[in-house]
Amino acid sequence: MHTYEPPIFELSSPGKIGAALPDAGVPETELPAHLLRDDDLAGLPEISETEVVRHFTRISQRNFCIDTGMYPLGSCTMKYNPKIHEDAARLPGFAFIHPLQAEETVQGALQLTYELQNILAEISGFDQVCLQPAAGAQGEFAGILVFRAYHLDRGDDQRDEVLCPNSAHGTNPATAAMVGFKVVEIATDSRGNVDLADLRAKVGPRTAGLMLTNPNTLGLFDENVHEVAKIVHEAGGLMYGDGANFNAILGIVKPGDVGFDFMHYNLHKTFTTPHGGGGPGCGAVGCKEFLADYLPGPIVALKEGQYTRHTPVKSIGRLKAFKGNFGMFVRAYTYIRMLGAAGLRSVSEHAVLNANYLRVNLDKIYPVAYDRTCMHEVVLQGKIKGAPSVHTLDIAKRLIDFGFHPPTVYFPISVAESIMIEPTETESKRNMDAFIDAMKQIAHEAVENPELLHAAPTTAPVRRLDEATAARRPILKYDQAAIAALLSK
Amino acid sequence: MSHYISITESERAEMLKAIGVADVAELFHDVPADLRFPTLDLPAALAEGEMARELRRLSSKNSDVLNYSCFLGAGAYNHFIPAAVDSLLRRSEFYTAYTPYQPEISQGTLQAIFEYQSLMCGLLQMDAANASHYDGATAMAEGAIMAISATRNRRKIVVAPSVHPQYRGVLRSYTQGLGVTITGDENPAASVADAAALVDNETAVFIVQSPDFLGVLHDLKPVAEQIHAAGALLLMVTNPIALGLFQTPGMVGADIAVMEGQPLGIPLSFGGPYVGVFSCTEKLLRRMAGRLVGVTTDLNGQLGYVLTLQTREQHIRREKATSNICTNQGLMALAATIYTSLMGKTGLRKVAELCYQRAHYAAKAIGNLAGYEVLEQGAFFHEFVVRCPRPVAEITQALHAQGIIGGYDLSKDYPHLGNAMLICVTEQNTKNDIDQLVAVLGG
Repeated sequence: MHTYEPPIFELSSPGKIGAALPDAGVPETELPAHLLRDDDLAGLPEISETEVVRHFTRISQRNFCIDTGMYPLGSCTMKYNPKIHEDAARLPGFAFIHPLQAEETVQGALQLTYELQNILAEISGFDQVCLQPAAGAQGEFAGILVFRAYHLDRGDDQRDEVLCPNSAHGTNPATAAMVGFKVVEIATDSRGNVDLADLRAKVGPRTAGLMLTNPNTLGLFDENVHEVAKIVHEAGGLMYGDGANFNAILGIVKPGDVGFDFMHYNLHKTFTTPHGGGGPGCGAVGCKEFLADYLPGPIVALKEGQYTRHTPVKSIGRLKAFKGNFGMFVRAYTYIRMLGAAGLRSVSEHAVLNANYLRVNLDKIYPVAYDRTCMHEVVLQGKIKGAPSVHTLDIAKRLIDFGFHPPTVYFPISVAESIMIEPTETESKRNMDAFIDAMKQIAHEAVENPELLHAAPTTAPVRRLDEATAARRPILKYDQAAIAALLSK
Repeated sequence: MSHYISITESERAEMLKAIGVADVAELFHDVPADLRFPTLDLPAALAEGEMARELRRLSSKNSDVLNYSCFLGAGAYNHFIPAAVDSLLRRSEFYTAYTPYQPEISQGTLQAIFEYQSLMCGLLQMDAANASHYDGATAMAEGAIMAISATRNRRKIVVAPSVHPQYRGVLRSYTQGLGVTITGDENPAASVADAAALVDNETAVFIVQSPDFLGVLHDLKPVAEQIHAAGALLLMVTNPIALGLFQTPGMVGADIAVMEGQPLGIPLSFGGPYVGVFSCTEKLLRRMAGRLVGVTTDLNGQLGYVLTLQTREQHIRREKATSNICTNQGLMALAATIYTSLMGKTGLRKVAELCYQRAHYAAKAIGNLAGYEVLEQGAFFHEFVVRCPRPVAEITQALHAQGIIGGYDLSKDYPHLGNAMLICVTEQNTKNDIDQLVAVLGG
């Protein structure tokens, strides 16, 4: 089916509107002439509702999504998004309440928030949770600000470094830099764990903390996590847990039990609030009691039968206006309440089972980065024997022709030609078998007919795109002349 | 086993055999044995019907703006949302997709973001807009950080006290580790001119809001000249619905413009998810945080869209990135795109006029009530300050009993105003709603 759809501005003609609006129905007040805009809103189109709906429906069909197929993006946890969540978040008493209403008029919303705080604390082994951060990166920001505030509060003002393993997500070092810390990179050992010797060499009185994802981005549970935490703590540093991979350990182990002082949860990964093509998320944070006074606010508490909000006494301050992405709280709460403790453990068990099933079926053809039992994702390398011209990118693009969303590629950066596959617990064996067959077929093609891979994809709405031109001569908003010039080349 | 999992018992056994382990527990042998499989003390699992009932019970404990008439704004606004917005947002193709890292199968998301960037630039009259921030407040804070990097050694931020108090709070949270000074808002009664007078050759950026937190519209053209003369940047915080009628950041000459995009088709939802609209001039483009979508062609010469200028971002540049932002508010940006497309130039102006006309009608009527006084502050958009004869909390309680959600209590943030309430009127408030509010206040 041909799905090309022009930029929406090309549907515009004078006199059309896509909404029915009422008359003012009140006596008119004059507008302040000197404060009016002077361009007649020239940059906005005029389109009917019919056309707008068809436009966005048509472009939506140019997207791959979880509901159309397997989406094994490593570290992204693209699991099924239950439909009841969408209804729940749109209930009038959730979607249509104002964030500044008096507390007594929003007790149900505050109760849900309070219960979700407690549930997340219980699952992870922490004492206090704050749901305000909007995304994982903002949760990290909260954590590193809390670390800074904690050290300064103790008069410990020499700590200006944050340690990050070289397998860390880019957000970790970027976060530390945003708080004003120097980033010190720690090596990975031959089994994919934090290199203890390198850690010992770099930790010290300047260490504010270590940011660790566990299971890490190599898909491995760090076997030495206790020892890592001990080394960091003995140097006076704190342990930050990046919860991006929490989906592997629900009911398996509590991060608070293995030495983490603070962590963020990605409600949009582990607790399946939809990714929405890039967001919104929720990067709720949890911590041990000794850090709770520094958390951002507001946090919900229960006092004398009433749910109330408060900001901790030494808070780092608010990170967002209002309370956080409440719509995501509703979805995550619904998810957890419907699964219960056994259901959550089953989530992680199946996520890990599925990833290992892919591992053992693919590791003969695609070298596995670390030959160990993996957790919820497996990192392979796109190095196919006898196919020197084929790279990970080609394999990824060819998977599109087989009807799969490619895995995460070229991350973690510490593994050459990496292919990071996270099937999640909601993928069926039937689909995974089809994925395995496709990966085997692609490896065969890579040797026999590599052009098939270099030319891929051929079945997607567009062929490979010229990213270099896009960056060299950026067209970042609709410009008819610039687009015409681009197309005439 | 949950109804979201598709693996049967026999398949599970087959898979375990292929892996070479006896049971699933064996897969977790790297986890310290003494801490493995802790008990989770959680409420019992609920079936879908039971859960739906529980959710309805919690939801019904809240007073919503569908059943109450709402005069509360202060940064989150109750506007009409055409049904087509949510109908399109509920398409799986949009909401169950990830960040468009594989452009060939993400053209829908990419095209929508490109159109969002274009529409926001048109609305603001700015050169470039990114694919969104978490909300208006974080967009403002990131704008200030960008201004510091763009002005090299300048470490002072001046902010007018009429900028949203929570936004100023977020600004302070965001910059606490960066060794910058924030000034201008120490005295809540200071004017924009008072604050602007503090801008000097150490100042990176002046932050001002129009319409401001108290609803007032400012002519910022002279302010921009003054700020630029000092070598500083102007960051303007504005409201997207007001832009249907009033002075834009582009007209003013702002270097950076941000706004809360929630009024553009996004429900109040108790404070989020919303969308932070972020824009700047061409000159600042490469210092901008967040994702950007650009236009290009594919191998066949067909028009296509890609994420571009990614060397600014954390997944490439790590600690040298312009920000740590990764996940943004994509789906909410889509809502704003659809809303803005539906309204178009006529609809947006009309919504702005409805807000303006009804708010001015309400202000006049309340100003005529004994004991109430509408603060004379100059031109305003859809919010105004009312001095009340009693503490605002008492009044809002009385209003609630009559089915009305009253305005924002200004006594904490702006104590010099006394018992002052910030009232917001939008196109959702009919003449009857306003008359009823006036009657209850007067009674």
